[in-house]
Amino acid sequence: MIEVKNMTKFFGIKKAVDDISFNVAKGEILGFLGPNGAGKSTTMRMITGFIPPSGGTAIIGGSDILQHPIAAREKIGYLPENAPVYPDMTVFEYLDFCAQIRGFSGTKRTAKIEETLEKCFLNEVTYQTVNTLSKGFKQRVCFAQSILHDPEYLILDEPTDGLDPNQKHEVRMMIKAMSARKAIILSTHILEEMDAVCTRAIIIADGVVVADDTPDALRAQSSVHGAVSLTLAATDPQELLPRLQALEGVQSASVIGQDNQHLTLRIYPEQKDVLIAAKVMDVLQDSAYKIESLFVEQGKLDEVFRTITGGG
Amino acid sequence: MNQMSRNISAIFKRELSGYFGSPVAYVFIVIFLLLTGFFTFYIGHFFELGQADLRPFFQWHPWIFLFLIPAVAMRLWAEERRLGTIELILTLPVRMSEVIAGKFLAAWVFIGIALLLTFPLVITVAYLGDPDLGAIFCGYIGSFLMAGAFLSVGLMTSALTRSQVISFIVAVAVCLFFVLAGYAPVNAVISGWAPVWFVNLIAELSFLTHFISIERGVLDFRDVLYYISVIIFMLFANGVILNNRKAS
Ligand SMILES: Nc1ncnc2c1ncn2[C@@H]1O[C@H](COP(=O)(O)OP(=O)(O)OP(=O)(O)O)[C@@H](O)[C@H]1O
Ligand SMILES: [Mg+2]
Repeated sequence: MIEVKNMTKFFGIKKAVDDISFNVAKGEILGFLGPNGAGKSTTMRMITGFIPPSGGTAIIGGSDILQHPIAAREKIGYLPENAPVYPDMTVFEYLDFCAQIRGFSGTKRTAKIEETLEKCFLNEVTYQTVNTLSKGFKQRVCFAQSILHDPEYLILDEPTDGLDPNQKHEVRMMIKAMSARKAIILSTHILEEMDAVCTRAIIIADGVVVADDTPDALRAQSSVHGAVSLTLAATDPQELLPRLQALEGVQSASVIGQDNQHLTLRIYPEQKDVLIAAKVMDVLQDSAYKIESLFVEQGKLDEVFRTITGGG
Repeated sequence: MNQMSRNISAIFKRELSGYFGSPVAYVFIVIFLLLTGFFTFYIGHFFELGQADLRPFFQWHPWIFLFLIPAVAMRLWAEERRLGTIELILTLPVRMSEVIAGKFLAAWVFIGIALLLTFPLVITVAYLGDPDLGAIFCGYIGSFLMAGAFLSVGLMTSALTRSQVISFIVAVAVCLFFVLAGYAPVNAVISGWAPVWFVNLIAELSFLTHFISIERGVLDFRDVLYYISVIIFMLFANGVILNNRKAS
């Protein structure tokens, strides 16, 4: 388990991280979200022991990062922001260096490196120097370094930054596949990524935790959660709207889009978890409207993110 | 192999192979050899002196090192900082002291290799006359130790800042102090107003004083101890600086 306890960081008089506490258990993938400059990277740097916190500490699998830094770091795999790698080394040399430091020797070391190269799709660039690699490959080399020793705890600062959509998908699958035996913290700016990968999300803004929940629960906070969105072939809304509004359980209904061919409406329920779609369907069928699409909104993460982080 | 030597050796190997993978290393070696050659033969009048020893060679080392070694050392931390690799190396399960030792030893060995490449001079004097090989050996040891002291200063100043230029300038300034403190003309000026013990104290602090005594062919334990202490002190200061300024 990773236990973050009351971590605070001042840069001069500026408070970058303000009393953050949370735990991540094995099997969890914690998404770390927040606007630029919120303090995500700073928190990760403190957890991995790169910068000393101004207050609080982190305990990694029972080892305090301040009191037993070496024991704690042995259990961590860390991918820093921007994936720094020594530019003058080949991919193989670099992973070999990391494997040495991680205590592998002899054939075991070679086997580990080969296994990791395979996993991260780096075979074709094994003997290429890092400064000749494209950004995405560099990112993968640094990612490879973080999982080389199969650590119990993974801290990944924007792990899919700079990857193409296929690689993004691969890396996400890899992270998910590993997660059963690991506690993982990853930061991202991609809300779909958090949704697809994370079991839990923490949103921080100005160094403070403003939300800590599952992606579904976060989405449920959205104002459109549970609403029915409806597209009909061109129809006059004047007659339909009052009928929808009169339905039991419906709070309001409004036009959100209209042109010559289509009319799009959204119908909001009184209570978010009471389903109103069936009733809406009944009304439409009675009057034989031509339905083009109808679905129940799950909620919009980007809207929730904006509301929570005060980015209106 | 225990963990400490394993880590130091991994970092040492990585750093050292880094030198020979980059043109900077060869440029350094060539400049070093050209400068020593120029000073020895042209300014030092090696042939005209007609002596079979390497005094005209060794006596210029402090002045050549003064500029060349800070140039080698300036990038050691500044570059890690610029690339962000410092964040990875210092979050691996290694002690800061192991990283510093690995980096220092690799750079020191690199300079040692440059020094060894001056061996044709030794062959020349051995061919021309009957030199005191013991004194030459001491000269090399002294020069190597002194290089280590210069290097430890450069490594320390490199940890101070992201800028290689600032690191270089500060290193040269600090090293200049350590050299001038034992430079006879400077001592003469100081002795004009300061008590003798003070002049001696200042001179004792100098790289030059201890180098001159080793170069004469006496490998005194105290001189060796002096260089080792300077190196350890500077590396220690390096650790303190880095701990405080890692992320900035
Ligand atoms: N070394 C430093 N010195 C001074 N201020 C710093 C330092 N590092 C970070 N900060 C400040 O701390 C705040 C948090 O930065 P941090 O890098 O943690 O943000 P982030 O959440 O990772 O942002 P992003 O999404 O852009 O990566 C920022 O205001 C930043 O300017
Ligand atoms: Mg960041």
